[in-house]
Amino acid sequence: MRTSYTQVFGFTALIVAIQILTMVTNSSYHLTQLTMTAYYSLLIIGLCMLIGYAGQISLGHAGFFCIGGYVTAFFTTHDLSSHKANPVIALLAKAGILIVRPDLYGGDLLTVHPWAACVVAMLTALGVAWFVGGPVLKLKGHYLAMATLGFGTIVYRIVLGTTFLGAADGISDVPPFRVLPGIEISGNASVRVINYYFAWGLVTAGVLLLLNLIHSRAGRALAAIHGAEDAADAMGIPTARYKLNTFVLSAVFAALAGVLLTHYNGGIGPSEASVMKSVRYVAIVAIGGMANLWGSLFMSLILNYLSLRGYFGTYDDAVFGCILILIMLFAPEGLIRRSILRDLRRLVSGGGVEETGS
Amino acid sequence: MNIDLFFQYIVAGITYGTIYAIVAIGFNIIYNSTGIINFAQGEFVMLGGMTAVTFHTFLPLPVAITAAVFVTTIVGALIEVLFIRWLYKPSVLRMIIITIGISILIRETALHIWGEGVRALPYFSGTSVSALNIGGVFVSPQVLWVVSIGAIVVAFLNVFFNYTMLGRQMRACSANRDAARLCGINAKNVVTFSFMLSAAIGALGGSIVSPITYVQYDSGTPLAIKGFTVAILGGLGNSTAAVAAGMILGVLESFTIAVLPAAYKDVIAIVILLGILFIRPSGIFGSTEAARLKEF
Repeated sequence: MRTSYTQVFGFTALIVAIQILTMVTNSSYHLTQLTMTAYYSLLIIGLCMLIGYAGQISLGHAGFFCIGGYVTAFFTTHDLSSHKANPVIALLAKAGILIVRPDLYGGDLLTVHPWAACVVAMLTALGVAWFVGGPVLKLKGHYLAMATLGFGTIVYRIVLGTTFLGAADGISDVPPFRVLPGIEISGNASVRVINYYFAWGLVTAGVLLLLNLIHSRAGRALAAIHGAEDAADAMGIPTARYKLNTFVLSAVFAALAGVLLTHYNGGIGPSEASVMKSVRYVAIVAIGGMANLWGSLFMSLILNYLSLRGYFGTYDDAVFGCILILIMLFAPEGLIRRSILRDLRRLVSGGGVEETGS
Repeated sequence: MNIDLFFQYIVAGITYGTIYAIVAIGFNIIYNSTGIINFAQGEFVMLGGMTAVTFHTFLPLPVAITAAVFVTTIVGALIEVLFIRWLYKPSVLRMIIITIGISILIRETALHIWGEGVRALPYFSGTSVSALNIGGVFVSPQVLWVVSIGAIVVAFLNVFFNYTMLGRQMRACSANRDAARLCGINAKNVVTFSFMLSAAIGALGGSIVSPITYVQYDSGTPLAIKGFTVAILGGLGNSTAAVAAGMILGVLESFTIAVLPAAYKDVIAIVILLGILFIRPSGIFGSTEAARLKEF
């Protein structure tokens, strides 16, 4: 566990260093993309847990991201003032779940409180993941990949074809999310630094949670499942339950990322649910080394940032396609793990570290 | 729903079913020789349609389609030689990710070559409004082209796999690769050939349906998902059953459009896919025991 704390410390130092660098060079506008990167990273670490540690591929995580984003966007923008007379609505308003906020034209909107919407969004993702995950995770290999791809496509088609979700335009004008007094998630330039730290703090907390999980009984069970599922089953590990729990956990991470990024951007569109997004997340986990949380997080920081800043231009998707192919052809264990970690470990321990089977 | 409309939906379903079946057969050919699901299968169809449209600007239609099939076959061979041939016992996860990467590369290349525009070949005979009246049902001549070429492809494949040396070598490899190699069959070349054959069939399919369905740089992925649904529905690896399964999906889909908004059309295929995967992954025509022996 000691090493993981040094890693956490190093990572925090990196985040602080980046912020100081942008402050010194007077280029704090970079922090906007870096904050968005943080929310995508939240999804990445959850997916890394599922692909790398539980060994189950998912090509549908953009779907969970969108469930989170769209649910919160819908509830925080849907005006309920015309239903004020309805006793249920009145009760919710009295309980503080609904809030009144001014709209663009000076009128009043009655919408769901972001906190309540966030909880509903995550519960929805949890429910969907649990419902879908049960049968899907019984599948293996190609079937699992196709089934999750199918799930992602269904979400994409639904958000694209449903008018109250804005169809091709998505939902915009999502209000800021006041998480705690003083911390407001919005794209407003005045709260950029606090948002940056909040987002990365959340990612760090997520990593810590997952690291603890990996080093616990559950983590060892997952490692056994990844290694040889039948053997793990024979040892008495409830493989189906562990796989499902990991799937649900990663879906909730994705949904939380969706909720927060939607508030940060002030809107969400159907492109967030596209298959290409899911593939991109898998690409980042793959290049980070599959079963390597820090590697995935680091690659997510670099690649998402470069992509969001538009460095790849019109070749954005092509870049991720190339990365996928090159990594899988030449370094299926991932870039970070292969070149640095294992060699270092081999040097330190003096003996050969066993190759993990591909 | 009156009886004429009913048959009209059937005809539409069969048209789409044919193309799904062609994609599914492409999946099966590669699956049989390698055990890989080629996620780039839909891209072959798109590539065939796109190149045929481009060639048709300066070549007569039959020559343009032949050239498009030829180009796509070369692409299929290149993919196998560059990305798959030299891998030693790759894991399933690795192969999935590589073929997905390939499909992205083909799609993005198509986007940069042809742009986002929707293209189509002209109708092979007649125009988009001409129709043959067959017993009260109006059938576009292109539908007859699609169905008959589809039937020829299936017949050709049956002859090929049963009566030619190369076809029998491919079947030997899919039954038992090591034994086939002991008999002197070059298994690696067989795999290359299966990619070429699968690409050629996909490209031919893409060319013949493009007047009806149109083709765009990103039309490959939905076709791949539906083709896979059909391949699963018929039982993975079984090409004759894939034709029947293609018809089933096509007809089901065309009837759901009558009930549900067209925006949800793709959702139906995927719901069927998920349903089949959950309930009977061996397919409706496949045997459960055989499926259990396969490696997924």
